[in-house]
Amino acid sequence: MTRKLPRKDVVIIGLGWTGSIMANELTDEGLDVVAIERGPWRDAAIDFPPNYDQDELRYRIRHELFLRPDQTTFTFRNNMSQTALPIRTWGAFMPPNGVGGGGVHWNAETWRFLPSDFVLKTHLTERYGAGFLPPDMTIQDWGVTYDEIEPYYDRFEYLCGTSGLAGNLNGQIQAGGNPFEGPRSRPYPNPPQAQPFSHTLFAKAARELGYKPFPQPSGNMSQAYKNPLGVRLGPCTYCGFCEWFGCGNNSKASPQTTILPVLVRKSNFLARDNCEVTRINTDRSGKRATGVTFVDTSGEEWEQPADLVILSAYTVFNVQLLLLSGIGKPYDPIANEGVIGRNFTHQTISDVTGFFDKAKFNFNPFIASGAIGMCIDEFNGDNFDHGPHGFVGGGYMGQVQTNGRPIETTPVPAGTPRWGAAWKSAVRDNYLSTVKPGTGVHGSFYSYRDIYLDLDPSYKDRLGRPLMRMTIDFHENELKQNAFLTDRFDEIIKAMGARETLKEYRKGPYDITKYQTTHLCGGAVMGAEPSVSAINRYLQSWDVSNLFVMGASAFPQNAGYNPTGTLAALAYWSADAIRTQYLRNPGPLVHV
Amino acid sequence: MFRRLIAIAAGFVLAIVACWAYFAWVDRTTPMDPSIVRAGAQDFAEIERGRYLTAAADCAACHNGPGTSPLAGGRPVETPFGDILAPNITPDRETGIGAWSDADFDGAVRLGRRRDGGLLYPAMPFPYYAKMSRDDVHSIRAYLNTVAPARNKVAPNQLPFPFSIRASMHVWDALYFAPGAFEPEGAKSAAWNRGAYLVEGPGHCGACHTPKTFLGGDETSEALQGYAIQGWFAPDITNDEGRGLGGWSLEGIVSYLKTGHNRFAAATGPMAEEVALSSSRLTDADLNAIATYLKSQPGRTEAVATLSSADPAMIAGGAIYRDTCSGCHAGDGKGVPNLFPALADSSAVRSDDPASLIRVILRGARSVATPAEPTAPGMPAFGWQLNDEQLAAVVTYIRNSWGSSAPAVSPDDVRKTRAALAWRSD
Repeated sequence: MTRKLPRKDVVIIGLGWTGSIMANELTDEGLDVVAIERGPWRDAAIDFPPNYDQDELRYRIRHELFLRPDQTTFTFRNNMSQTALPIRTWGAFMPPNGVGGGGVHWNAETWRFLPSDFVLKTHLTERYGAGFLPPDMTIQDWGVTYDEIEPYYDRFEYLCGTSGLAGNLNGQIQAGGNPFEGPRSRPYPNPPQAQPFSHTLFAKAARELGYKPFPQPSGNMSQAYKNPLGVRLGPCTYCGFCEWFGCGNNSKASPQTTILPVLVRKSNFLARDNCEVTRINTDRSGKRATGVTFVDTSGEEWEQPADLVILSAYTVFNVQLLLLSGIGKPYDPIANEGVIGRNFTHQTISDVTGFFDKAKFNFNPFIASGAIGMCIDEFNGDNFDHGPHGFVGGGYMGQVQTNGRPIETTPVPAGTPRWGAAWKSAVRDNYLSTVKPGTGVHGSFYSYRDIYLDLDPSYKDRLGRPLMRMTIDFHENELKQNAFLTDRFDEIIKAMGARETLKEYRKGPYDITKYQTTHLCGGAVMGAEPSVSAINRYLQSWDVSNLFVMGASAFPQNAGYNPTGTLAALAYWSADAIRTQYLRNPGPLVHV
Repeated sequence: MFRRLIAIAAGFVLAIVACWAYFAWVDRTTPMDPSIVRAGAQDFAEIERGRYLTAAADCAACHNGPGTSPLAGGRPVETPFGDILAPNITPDRETGIGAWSDADFDGAVRLGRRRDGGLLYPAMPFPYYAKMSRDDVHSIRAYLNTVAPARNKVAPNQLPFPFSIRASMHVWDALYFAPGAFEPEGAKSAAWNRGAYLVEGPGHCGACHTPKTFLGGDETSEALQGYAIQGWFAPDITNDEGRGLGGWSLEGIVSYLKTGHNRFAAATGPMAEEVALSSSRLTDADLNAIATYLKSQPGRTEAVATLSSADPAMIAGGAIYRDTCSGCHAGDGKGVPNLFPALADSSAVRSDDPASLIRVILRGARSVATPAEPTAPGMPAFGWQLNDEQLAAVVTYIRNSWGSSAPAVSPDDVRKTRAALAWRSD
């Protein structure tokens, strides 16, 4: 039997970055907020202290901080003619779990998208003509512009203490920064991180080739920082254990190190960990959310009534909860109708490994941080003329090597035996003198009619709910983009002085077992038209006006950057709309 | 430990017998004219003054019990002789102090006298509270009358024989209790006098920070020079350059008391509780007065020799420090201001008794969160990772680096601390 809890003003589903931001903003507004989190409470000093958080086997190989597929998983297929099968161990992306969400184990690359990314369809059509785009590409404008959310990018960067160098201050191009970025209203709160040898060498080579390299914006602290909430972060130690790991010494921006210390002191905030929301409840009209139902670890079912529901889980779970709750019209790729599950995207990543003469180059690759790196943006978005190349999209590229961790850092040149004494000897010879950027080419992934999310017809989770089914593959446009970018990247690595390089193009079909990034996007996208978007420009559900859906599920397509800066800016933007518009006059904020 | 207790107990009984006839009783029965009724007990200013003094006296530290009602008592106050449960001081008439007269209350707070005429154990710091004026105590009473009454019956005396004999407190009083309100020193500044009053009176800093005799009385000649209590060492808070606050500015002391953090240190353990419940709630002027007074307390003169850097423990400790500590506390021991304590400038590090330093490394610790400094960074526990020898080496290294000097710590010291902490919860 479901037991009913006392009503709250706001219930938040998932206490990661966007859930924490919304909780802090709405408690500041005086609202009584409860956040319900599927995973455990996580605290830096207790759960990933610096005396064991650098454990590659525990965290990287055995996935300690991530969702257990036993709890729930997804099914996967490349195309609609196949039968999807359940994912039993994580590969291409890592679903977060627990308080802090992906903010605990991210690399802290804190990018802004380009102004043209937000008006992508309009921009590309104007520049190249509608016929230039593949017919089944379903990219669209976001319904919000860069200028509108610039102040909210700024808020997130100052919350995090982002380390970086401005490239465009109020329209003035700044030497050393990214000249392609949108205008920012003030400099980064902290100077860039120090760059190790190979990263510096990459910048030098790129500069000599005529590019304008700049330090990657980093949520790893270049110096001690006190954020506007009064929370302090310490300087990064360049230990090289960021992505997949928690940061034990308060030097990587995360909800734990920026917001939660303030949030937990508020009397109008309550968090329930280890509780999984199974449904967003609506009234008989289906137009109004009445709260959520969740189960605790004993299997007891509870109803939490609330006036306002914030859905801030990971991309795929946002879409799943909408589908399971019957909110919004499910996407049907054949009829090309419906919105929930539509425009699902990921990222197009590739790498080039450079082998250098060990007598001349010692890169000490273990000196690194998650968001360290020197990058160029000449081939991102529409920063270059795509006309001659026959594809759209792009990405940043750079020497962004985040670590030299012992289990996975075993670079060997082509032709080396896969095991045995010769392999060991090659690893030893190359470990210190190899440049292995990892996600060196960080390309966009645009949306298509046949790439989508829906409920699996066969497989169910432990609670009897259908699993989410991912139907995803690379299209020709992304593969062309990747080949072009990887070749450009290879030129720079060679210019650094590499003896030989190993180019690993991204190739189809999409491989669910090989890690790219955790940047799954779309499925409940924002937009100006309810026929092609699940939520309006304020992240408010078109169908249920007291439901707001956060996160990268709102991205109509994915740009050539890491998504966190943008999804956090959108959360602040949405919170501001709730505080200044919605609470005064609850109801739809956009009428069409 | 048991033998030591027997010895103390035997000495204690002897002391009672031998001294009974010789010591004049301190008259804890001084009559307070019950006909004097103070006006304005429900006056806002009176209640507000009482609230402030209740914070300054840190009543909540002991009287906030394990239940949810503030000041309802029941918390065990640990003494070397056994636990005493703090009573309920809410205005509940049956289980609290609602039925007490103001004179009863004043007698308890300033004279250590129970309502039934018996004597309180000095776990209640009445020797300090005696420095308050009668007006102060009445204000506290006025405030306590306004808090929510909570029904919670507490049996305070949990002491073993012979300490359970309350009459023995007559002897203790004769030895260690000097009643009388604080008298300002005319030659000193107003701030110094205010600080002296707060430190020696309601703040009862010496209750933890002043060394004690074997009977638990203050060694007044060593006031505020540090004392081992409840598994911690409350460090020297005189102006001693090495072991005390000599390197701290007035502002640094104010920041520490107000926010729990400054560029050197972070409050943890019982001091974290003190900051949260008491000093963070005081005015900057009062904190400045406290700092002024503490800075005027002379330190000890004897110097401590620094251990040679060639000592094997120093070499091993240095290696362990670089591997396990320097990520936060930095290679130069300076830490990160207001986040990670500066071990290079720490009285807890240099104390003769390294109990706090060993404890924090063994068990980890959480620093206090305050409105001004909400971060509350934590020190991880290393007790599972470092053995007694390794931990002793790194403690010795920390105590003898960057200009610090303090006696070396042996593996046996660590073993004893580890064993003594085993039964304690954090």
